[in-house]
Amino acid sequence: MTKHAFSTRVWHWVNAVALIVLFMTGLNISNAHRYLYWGNYGFDPKDAWLAVIKFPGWATIPQHYNLAVARDWHTTAAWPFGVGVLFIWVAMLVNGHFIRDLITKPSDWTPAAVLASLRAHSADGAGHGYNPVQRILYGMVFGVLLPLMVFTGLAISPGFQAAAPWLLDVLGGRQSARSLHFLAAWAIFGFFVIHIVLAVTDWRLILEMFTGGKREGAAPPAPPPPDILPPEEGAPANG
Amino acid sequence: MVDFPRRSILAGIAALGTGACSKIAETDTGQSLFKAAEDGHRAIHRALAGRQGMAPEYTRDQRSPTFRGNGSVTVDDGFYREQLANGFSGWKLEVRGLVEQPLSLTLADVRALPQRTQITRHDCVEGWSAIGEWTGPQLAALLDAAKVRKEARFILFRCADTLYGRDYYESIDMVDAYHPQTIIAHSLNGEPLPEKNGAPLRMRIERQLGYKQAKYVQAIEAVSSFDKVAGGNGGFWEDVAGYQWYAGI
Repeated sequence: MTKHAFSTRVWHWVNAVALIVLFMTGLNISNAHRYLYWGNYGFDPKDAWLAVIKFPGWATIPQHYNLAVARDWHTTAAWPFGVGVLFIWVAMLVNGHFIRDLITKPSDWTPAAVLASLRAHSADGAGHGYNPVQRILYGMVFGVLLPLMVFTGLAISPGFQAAAPWLLDVLGGRQSARSLHFLAAWAIFGFFVIHIVLAVTDWRLILEMFTGGKREGAAPPAPPPPDILPPEEGAPANG
Repeated sequence: MVDFPRRSILAGIAALGTGACSKIAETDTGQSLFKAAEDGHRAIHRALAGRQGMAPEYTRDQRSPTFRGNGSVTVDDGFYREQLANGFSGWKLEVRGLVEQPLSLTLADVRALPQRTQITRHDCVEGWSAIGEWTGPQLAALLDAAKVRKEARFILFRCADTLYGRDYYESIDMVDAYHPQTIIAHSLNGEPLPEKNGAPLRMRIERQLGYKQAKYVQAIEAVSSFDKVAGGNGGFWEDVAGYQWYAGI
């Protein structure tokens, strides 16, 4: 039994590439109008709730300001990302990954459980199943941030709105959807940084995301070797 | 040591994010992938919303206090300046190209047609939005009056403004051309269009981004292809900056 299902590994790396492209092209797109608003409209910097910095070339795709190319990449990479989110949700529900590793109990949300997970993680390293903090963080990424990126992205599109006008109402208007898209992108970036920092502390974790690794404590206990089996009743003891 | 994989992974990510993308984008494969995505988005939007799916409309109190002008906000041309000064009394809107009955309409003719008023949101490709109330005849009415021929596949808008020394123009397909919210607006918020918003006539194509909303419109032309028009990409920004022709995203 592998630690990471094949579906998880394939999705992980496809999603990693898609996210990097989406994030860096997104920063280029942000440079086109560096102000964020709430509500349906917004164009005057005076009404902005946030004036965003101009992202430097090294952080963007392409490396110079080019809205057309950035949008081509962004709207194309949105496909593997969006379809991938749907795919991994179905896979996690079908293969039990969600039930086994990600679903939380009320007791997982207590400060004591959080502290205990942080202590255990720093003391023993990772790899002992999913602790409450991991369950909560992964749950927020899968349950909130990734779907929010997909839905806010769709909502910003004027062509898609004709198909699902309710989506804009739910999100509080087009400029709100755009603001949420930006905020969720940075929240995912925050997760990405923590994720990378923790992964590089033990390179085997990264390797396992390619090979699948072995799941600890999941396999049934191996039968003891024959020579220590108790003799069957009535059989003559060895020797 | 953890250094080896860490370095190679980060270097890989960096390489992927930087040089690789621009290299891929320049290839034919990259370009055809983007084109496939653009065509796919249009097909999916049409399938989900239907050809007649409507863009959201708003109430008067949801309008933005002003309506930003962007791109061309003035037209540096003697005839235009003179027309602007005299209320566009000599302005003509031509309907031509692949039509049985070419038309030449004055502003009074345009105002005399059945009108549609709609309060819609304008989304600029840059990211900002403004909401305004537009009034004008539906493009469909003009196309029907001119009897568009069957071989016409696109409607082209010829504009009076120039940017970077090129004439502004745009084009849409017949689905958007006959969409109920596609109008030739002469009024914004109950007043004649201001110069910065495209006086005297501008297009409203409500399911697409701002650069499709051609301003200062002088001619509406039915064509079978736009390959031979200007840069061949169907619009000013499509030619100049490589923007997607389908601007529904």
